Amino acid sequence: MDLQGRNLIAPLDLTVEEMEQIFNLAEKIIAKPQDYAEVCKGNLLATLFYEPSTRTRLSFEAAMLRLGGQVIGFSEPGSSSVSKGESIADTIHTIASYADIAVMRHPKEGAALVAARRSGIPIINAGDGGHFHPTQTLTDLLTIRLEKKDFSGITIGLCGDLKFGRTVHSLICAFARYSGVKFVLISPDELRVPEYVLDEISDYEEVRDLSEALPQLDVLYMTRVQRERFFNEDDYIRLKDSYILNAAKMRFAKEDLMVLHPLPRVNEISTDVDDDPRAFYFRQMKNGMYVRMALLMALLGKEIA
Amino acid sequence: MEINSIENGLVIDHLRAGSGLRVLEYLDIDTERGSVALIMNVSSNKHGKKDIIKLENIESIDINVLGLIDHNATIIHIRNGKIIHKTKLSLPKKVANVIRCKNPRCITSIENVPHIFHLADNTGKYRCEYCDNFGRINDGK
Ligand SMILES: [Zn+2]
Repeated sequence: MDLQGRNLIAPLDLTVEEMEQIFNLAEKIIAKPQDYAEVCKGNLLATLFYEPSTRTRLSFEAAMLRLGGQVIGFSEPGSSSVSKGESIADTIHTIASYADIAVMRHPKEGAALVAARRSGIPIINAGDGGHFHPTQTLTDLLTIRLEKKDFSGITIGLCGDLKFGRTVHSLICAFARYSGVKFVLISPDELRVPEYVLDEISDYEEVRDLSEALPQLDVLYMTRVQRERFFNEDDYIRLKDSYILNAAKMRFAKEDLMVLHPLPRVNEISTDVDDDPRAFYFRQMKNGMYVRMALLMALLGKEIA
Repeated sequence: MEINSIENGLVIDHLRAGSGLRVLEYLDIDTERGSVALIMNVSSNKHGKKDIIKLENIESIDINVLGLIDHNATIIHIRNGKIIHKTKLSLPKKVANVIRCKNPRCITSIENVPHIFHLADNTGKYRCEYCDNFGRINDGK
């Protein structure tokens, strides 16, 4: 794999072939995790979380520890020198002299790119403001691939806040590179997919109603519709239920539908769906750890034949 | 109104009428090196009204910045009173520290890094290298 020393800042930094390599490696790790328990022995991962995201940080830390590597870092800027106004460039200089690879989460958009320019060690973007979250995209794609084997012919529905949801934009752009994928974009008018994302895809339809769209879907990607995105309370109350998935609506869905969600959820998937075999959102989290294991190995140049 | 032709230097012709002052501001010309004349609202048979800038004894300017502000302008190079070359302008592919990112969530709002923008289409829309937000030259300094 020729990914050694590279960064992962934006979801399209990896070619389709490179993503396939990471998925193949992730599948091998899932099949025989014990074979990988020491491949990153002696390597140190720095987790630089300028805003808290316990879920993502733990996923990266678990991934590194399961590869036999070790972890340092901070999870709140208040507890480190960054709270004293140290620049990202200076912080990353320091970190790069200790660690072999770093993961960064930052409230400002483009922060990981600034870090990557100055670091000398691979940087993985674990979320920069409302911009990119590429390892979430890898997680989503791996989860679908494990189940569907092949992306071609898939009809994927994306539901909820399609305007501000960065995971949605990344997923659409990554999926758009595969042929034979159809998109059904389910959102209120106020929260439609932005024009520049629509420009990337050819086969899509935009609809208002989840129940109506559900029967044709192979994959349903749910996101949260936040109250503060609406101009007025009436619109929110009128619309919010149309974008909540529950057991009653699941009766109209295909037998082999996959329901995904980047988590955490609030109420957009009601808990009566959790035990449905078509609910994949908890399995998705575990896949997130495996795909991060594969990514860490690839960027550190650890190849296993 | 008439201003004598220059012997050596540059003439920036076909500037959009009214844009000359701003062009001068962006070009940030060192007037120690030569003299500068700005002629505004000249009648032009091609485009109605235009502005012209004459730069005596000044041989080079930042073409990128000029292309960004007014890519329809022409630069005429003059030596010994003769036109030796004309440069057609185009929108620069990449500019640093000319457009400033206005996205309050952009890293450029807190970190000391150059504001870099890349040309996104042929209408002069530019995209921030860091946050992908669009910016235009009119967004100002
Ligand atoms: Zn920006």
